[in-house]
Amino acid sequence: MARIGVFICHCGENISATVDVAKVAEKAGKLSGVAFSVDYKYMCSDPGQTLIIEAIKEHKLTGIVVAACSPRMHEGTFRKAAEKAGINPYFCEMANIREHVSWVHPKSDATTQKALDIVRTMVAKVKKNAALFPIKVPVTKTALVIGGGIAGIQAALDIANAGHQVIMVEKKPSIGGHMSQLSETFPTLDCSQCILTPRMVEVAQHPNITLHTYAEVESVSGFVGNFDVKIKMKAKSVDYKKCTGCGACWQKCPSKKIPDEFNEGMGFRTAIYSPFPQAVPNKPVIDRPNCTYFTKGGKCGLCKKVCPADAINYDAVDEFIDVKVGAIITATGFDLKHADFFPEYGYGKFKDVIDGMQFERLASASGPTAGEIRRPSDGKIPEKIVFVACAGSRDKAKGIEYCSKICCMYTAKHAMLYKHKNHEGKAYVFYMDIRAAGKDYDEFVRRAIEEDEVQYIRGRVSRIYEKNGKLIVKGVDTLMNSEPVNIEADMVVLATAVVANIEAESLAQKLHISYNKHKFFAEAHPKLKPVETNTAGIMLAGACQSAKDIPESVSQASASASKVVGLFSSNELTREPIVAVVNRQAPPNFTSCTGCLLCQEVCPYHAIETEDIKDRGGNLIKRAARVNAGLCQGCGTCVAMCRNKSIDLQGFSNDQMLSEVMALLNS
Amino acid sequence: MSEQFEPKIVAFVCNWCTYAGADLAGTSRTKYATNVSIIRFPCTGRIDFMLLMKAFENGADGIIVSGCHPNDCHYTSGNFHARRRWIVFRSLLDFMGFDTDRITFSWVSAAEGTKWAGLVNEVTEKIREKGPFTEFKKLDYSILEKIENDVVTE
Amino acid sequence: MRIGYYPGCSLEGSSKEYNDSLFAVAEKCGVTLEVIKDWSCCGASAAHNLNHDLALALPARTLALAEKQGLEEIVVPCAACYSRIAGTKNEISRNVAVKAKIEGFIDLKLSADVRILTVFEFLQKYIFPTVDQHIVNKLNQKAACYYGCLYTRPKEIAAVEQIENPMEMDEVIAKAGATPIEWAFKTECCGAGLSVSRTDIVAKLSGKIIEDAADRGAESIVVACPMCHMNLDMRRPEIKKQLKKDINIPVLFITQALGLSMGIPADKLGLNKHYVPTDKVVNCIVKMEA
Repeated sequence: MARIGVFICHCGENISATVDVAKVAEKAGKLSGVAFSVDYKYMCSDPGQTLIIEAIKEHKLTGIVVAACSPRMHEGTFRKAAEKAGINPYFCEMANIREHVSWVHPKSDATTQKALDIVRTMVAKVKKNAALFPIKVPVTKTALVIGGGIAGIQAALDIANAGHQVIMVEKKPSIGGHMSQLSETFPTLDCSQCILTPRMVEVAQHPNITLHTYAEVESVSGFVGNFDVKIKMKAKSVDYKKCTGCGACWQKCPSKKIPDEFNEGMGFRTAIYSPFPQAVPNKPVIDRPNCTYFTKGGKCGLCKKVCPADAINYDAVDEFIDVKVGAIITATGFDLKHADFFPEYGYGKFKDVIDGMQFERLASASGPTAGEIRRPSDGKIPEKIVFVACAGSRDKAKGIEYCSKICCMYTAKHAMLYKHKNHEGKAYVFYMDIRAAGKDYDEFVRRAIEEDEVQYIRGRVSRIYEKNGKLIVKGVDTLMNSEPVNIEADMVVLATAVVANIEAESLAQKLHISYNKHKFFAEAHPKLKPVETNTAGIMLAGACQSAKDIPESVSQASASASKVVGLFSSNELTREPIVAVVNRQAPPNFTSCTGCLLCQEVCPYHAIETEDIKDRGGNLIKRAARVNAGLCQGCGTCVAMCRNKSIDLQGFSNDQMLSEVMALLNS
Repeated sequence: MSEQFEPKIVAFVCNWCTYAGADLAGTSRTKYATNVSIIRFPCTGRIDFMLLMKAFENGADGIIVSGCHPNDCHYTSGNFHARRRWIVFRSLLDFMGFDTDRITFSWVSAAEGTKWAGLVNEVTEKIREKGPFTEFKKLDYSILEKIENDVVTE
Repeated sequence: MRIGYYPGCSLEGSSKEYNDSLFAVAEKCGVTLEVIKDWSCCGASAAHNLNHDLALALPARTLALAEKQGLEEIVVPCAACYSRIAGTKNEISRNVAVKAKIEGFIDLKLSADVRILTVFEFLQKYIFPTVDQHIVNKLNQKAACYYGCLYTRPKEIAAVEQIENPMEMDEVIAKAGATPIEWAFKTECCGAGLSVSRTDIVAKLSGKIIEDAADRGAESIVVACPMCHMNLDMRRPEIKKQLKKDINIPVLFITQALGLSMGIPADKLGLNKHYVPTDKVVNCIVKMEA
């Protein structure tokens, strides 16, 4: 005999402002099977929960329905309360009358009726609930960090220092990411590589970290605590066990004119190369599509001849390794929007119109111009540079409505660096707003304006064209009565939009994590769960989630690391028992399952096994399906597929769902 | 002024995308019609389409089935199965003369609160225009008794 | 395939040479243009400034008449007419309620399925396939192709593929044996409708356009819009005064340039109707080797 308790929450005024909660409580009390019904201001508060616990005990309730916010908010809270009161927590269901009713409808009879309909639906469901018990699975205490930029490095070090194993996978030949390309970092103007390289070395030498560079994640399966990851180790053509990093090979390599990715196309590198002098690991790889040996059928081979360690191996092939990890952190970072994105600015057409990262390479002491700001076209030092902020960001017409966050700061930095190196030079910044909200950030921008005499002009640039060797920048000064401003510049630096890593989408699909239309990975909750995804066990760190600067990336990385360490803090993970079960009956049936195994075909987690049901003599009676509760994720696809309904989903059983539909439509 | 017909619409949605999207519509206080009530499933792949028929049998005038966008299913492929199921089911319903426009199949992600609200309003108006669902009624079970009696007496 | 034709007011009046040269080119290639019977004004800039319904109704009437005539495609050489008609088709197609309202105003049935071609699309589709056999002259000069604003905005109905750097006219002029130059003022405003009320502004803006073309060695400016033509050609005296430079680069319609290369006589193309003399262009023509 069911004795259900119904608890209607006011949620302050959030629900009671539009729903007549007293009426709902009264009518719910009259539903068949309901032994107790009450309304209260804040169900999730301590007194609220005490109210529920006392009611369960006093009225000997067998199940409860809490009509309040979304179960995605407080299902856990109320299930714990039910458990405290001595009943199985899975006899607690929530009726969502806030997000789905009170917040989206005006105060009216229809709104109150809808709330009551939903309460009635959940009461009917709860009457069909069964006691469920958590499933325990082991946890592999190894973390996978995808991406070796500053965020990945920070996360890996934090987890490794906590005593756990970390596998780091980086697709480039060296870790370091975009931070290694920077000249100085705001707001301190610290040398970027000086603060980064010690961390890179720490990662490489840490006993708990296994570093795989020039490698990519090929596939991921499994679930939290038990992921199976296949990693593709791209063929480096160099045996790292033998290579000493002496550099003889790249000094002798005859293919010297390959556009250098590290220098953003402003310099050249060889076919066998290490991306930059402080690379970790400081051993080269061969870029096969641009290597004479591979493109011209075995010609050349110089590097192999000069290598003193005999480390060159032209026959190396891509290898795959399988690893088991308990948690994954994505730290794949960002890219700058490139190429024919700004025809009105001549980006890609005029050599002296460059983007922020290219300017960093010019300013960098280890860059293609040894730190001197020079025009890419003729190598002269520019006397006038125009910086265009918001080049593409905050612009619906360009498809990027968001703010790229870091450009106001790095534009000020660039202008300052230019002025520090060229005291007589003139720097202009065309801006819309100045976003310098971090610590010491606004002071940094003021310094650029007041001490380094960078001229800030509030207005956008409509067109840039070349005339007589100069770049004519047509802009406007909106603070000066919208006067058109034309500047004859020697160089233009565009603060182009920050976009997600080009392979973000395919990685997200491999991991089954969500992403938004700009391919930035989706956090579980924008305010309260910024480093987790909706997929248990997979965390986010850094710019792969949204544009952010270095301090934020580092903070987020440490936050994800702490989530992982928390996950690893016990040997077992308790899993929700929302899993599928194939029925078993007494002989001679044993089960109504006929062994068609259609469920096995459709299960995305390969969680359905075949069980041979045998008699005492060992003879096969029938073959039936059986669910591995450790693997099942509770999607229920098998249940909908089963032709004779032999498999059912705990927590969302056929009985439960049917009773919901019937109760919703029949008052 | 005659009473406007208020259709009863049931939405079968998945927990991870559309339910969350509806939550987002709520957090954003987006206002929409009251005619749609949600029944939560872990995944659209779980939805047995006979439940849809039960809904119509018990007074629903319209139905929405909504889940994660293709490729974004929390369980990888549940929404693909739901989609295939719908395609087959829809052609069967068409054959039976059922107005398949009363069932709307859609994808609403957890970030698409506004889309959910728009969908609810759009479907409510569509069903309102069609009027109440009266084509198939509950079986008159007394017929069964009569048949049974006939068989027994034979 | 029947091709409909909407001249608009300018092509029958101030820019008659654009109309005549287009017909001359079409005739040479054996293509017939069918004028839409009883066509009326498209509303240009006056209508959409005063009354939104009128702004839609006027072009809608043209579309409805074209449909009534059984035409599936129409050519609209004037940039302003094109912008109004294509814009109306776009708005009506997306909004059932608006379409019904406009149908009520014009008292004609309208499906808005008629395809609207710019002069470039028309030349590409119907003239290019057979034009090579008719080209007997090379224009042998540097030409600056000026697109103006209406072909490149708004984005939803833009008539060119790359709105910041259109190339459609450049392709046509290259066919005619001229060298299209790269220059910076392809889509900058000429002053448009301020031609009468603020001629000084037109002088300044159109002056910049002409100056840049001249600086880059252009020997002619090619346009596909009667308004652009008027500002760059008829307002030349004011421009010269403003610039304090004596720039005499002639302004040709794209169809005139193509016509010249096809051996059509200059007077049949209306080249004598321009303010800035065009003899230099005509004299630059070089007969091609057989």
